[in-house]
Amino acid sequence: MDSVLPRSGLWLGALFFTVIATALAVDTGFAVHMMICGVAALIGLVVTVRGWDPVAAIRPVDSGRYDDDLIRLGVIATVFWGMAGFLAGVYIALEMAFPQFNLGLQWINFGRLRPLHTSAVIFAFGGNALIATSFYVVQRTCRTRLALPGLAKFVFWGYQLFIVLAATGYLMGITQGKEYAEPEWYVDLWLTVVWVAYLAVFVATLLKRSEPHIYVANWFYLAFIITVAMLHLVNNINVPVSFFGSHSYPLFGGVQGALVQWWYGHNAVGFFLTAGFLAMMYYFVPKQAERPVYSYRLSIIHFWALIFLYIWAGPHHLHYTALPDWAQTLGMVFSVMLWMPSWGGMINGLMTLNGAWDKIRTDPILRMMVLALAFYGMSTFEGPMMSIKSVNSLSHYTDWTIGHVHSGALGWNGMITFSCLYYMTPRLWGRTRLYSLRMVNWHFWLATLGIVFYTAAMWVAGITQGLMWREYGADGYLVNSFADTVAALHPMYALRVLGGLLYLSGATVMTINITRTILGHLRPETPLHSAAFDPARDVPLTPAIYA
Amino acid sequence: MNRNLTLLQLSTHSTYDQLRHLADSWGLMIMALVFVGLCLWPFRPGARAANRDAALSIFEDKRDDA
Repeated sequence: MDSVLPRSGLWLGALFFTVIATALAVDTGFAVHMMICGVAALIGLVVTVRGWDPVAAIRPVDSGRYDDDLIRLGVIATVFWGMAGFLAGVYIALEMAFPQFNLGLQWINFGRLRPLHTSAVIFAFGGNALIATSFYVVQRTCRTRLALPGLAKFVFWGYQLFIVLAATGYLMGITQGKEYAEPEWYVDLWLTVVWVAYLAVFVATLLKRSEPHIYVANWFYLAFIITVAMLHLVNNINVPVSFFGSHSYPLFGGVQGALVQWWYGHNAVGFFLTAGFLAMMYYFVPKQAERPVYSYRLSIIHFWALIFLYIWAGPHHLHYTALPDWAQTLGMVFSVMLWMPSWGGMINGLMTLNGAWDKIRTDPILRMMVLALAFYGMSTFEGPMMSIKSVNSLSHYTDWTIGHVHSGALGWNGMITFSCLYYMTPRLWGRTRLYSLRMVNWHFWLATLGIVFYTAAMWVAGITQGLMWREYGADGYLVNSFADTVAALHPMYALRVLGGLLYLSGATVMTINITRTILGHLRPETPLHSAAFDPARDVPLTPAIYA
Repeated sequence: MNRNLTLLQLSTHSTYDQLRHLADSWGLMIMALVFVGLCLWPFRPGARAANRDAALSIFEDKRDDA
């Protein structure tokens, strides 16, 4: 191929740059990161020169109608990062309950593993699921192949490099110290390039569609891509201390910085974890239920209401701080208003099953989707409630917040992603069905039980904590020291580990199931439900007699 | 003095003041009207069929697996 030479030149240039940057690095972390980039460039160079096709191993017979190589890779990446993120979560839960698990090592203490856990589940697991499903949905709803296939490859592999840089950075202590925006300036710049490429691929595919209407799921995907780009750019306006060092300072300081951070933070929830996953819901739930969405009109109103309201809700993270009172109230009011579109969307998803409710009994994948929607409804009720100032004065800074986040993340994002993986895997690899439907059932119950243990433990822990912190004695002094609350919460922290373990074992069952589906195995099993023929009872009803 | 000139004077206070008055008057009204308009759009005459077609469009292909 004649384009091998310029492409190899590009890889070689990148390799030289990383070697020079490693040599000039002013801190070890930056040097390690440049070495990782160098290894990535070297792999790219070798693959290009040898003309390898790394995806060939997992490619089944491809009809060539849609470009699904990246989606297959995305399914595998989602499962892999999901397992890594859940495992990290269980481990830090253990560290919270039993500090001996820190092992006296700085690299794996709670402070460094915690952002690794949150980034692994949100950006690596969730992000890969979003990229893979968006490429799947946009091709099928537009009835066209993915535009700019080379750039799409760059999006996938570039995003994996971003994940590796972010995760290794946390372990080495490289962080901006901003929740959910921890990666430092050069990793942020890399993500910006990848994200702009993602936008280009998605929009170019929409433009070459052979379907007049753009299906509503794509609206949600597009809103997610554009808004995340905007949030990422504004919240990461930093000035690096050195061009070859990992440290930088933010442009915004004090309460302005805090407001920008939580404008980012809450909209990361709103547009990454909500809009993007709602896009999955609007395509995969109707497909799995084999019924159109309950109300297309409602889906459009859901979309605009979410876009117009979510962006203002961020200040509820800064109640009773230096932020002006009116801004806090504005955040609270918009958060409460958000309840409406959220429940409108939940109802729209659930009512899609109208007339097909029996499928929850017979189809474990659809049951998983319904549970995801139920958790979407529950956490979008809990969130507005917690944003009310008087409730927030009790819940803020306590484990209740952690419980709330996990009911949304494990219940809504996790379950809808699992069900989409179960939907896509047999189709992407041309299998007649999943390896085992009974294992989906096991996954469903293990995960559900895990979430119940997790959130219930955190509710109790959070309210205990909040009440203990605010308890005054007759002499006007606080009754409890911080250490008292830590001792009181210990059983709840242990229960959280149990919940996490259950959720992780459910995901392990899924990993086995998906791996064996990819390998083409079929588990011989009796169906989950059978309606045996009973001649005595299977007779037409006696018609009612009208006089 | 001309209002535009006041904005150009780059006094933090007057910039803040002008922007917050824009935000709670014309800005708010335009945003609210655009929002209401977008919500009413699917209810325009003749939209019922278009909405139904859009909702059913994902089922048109018998095979959209590979």
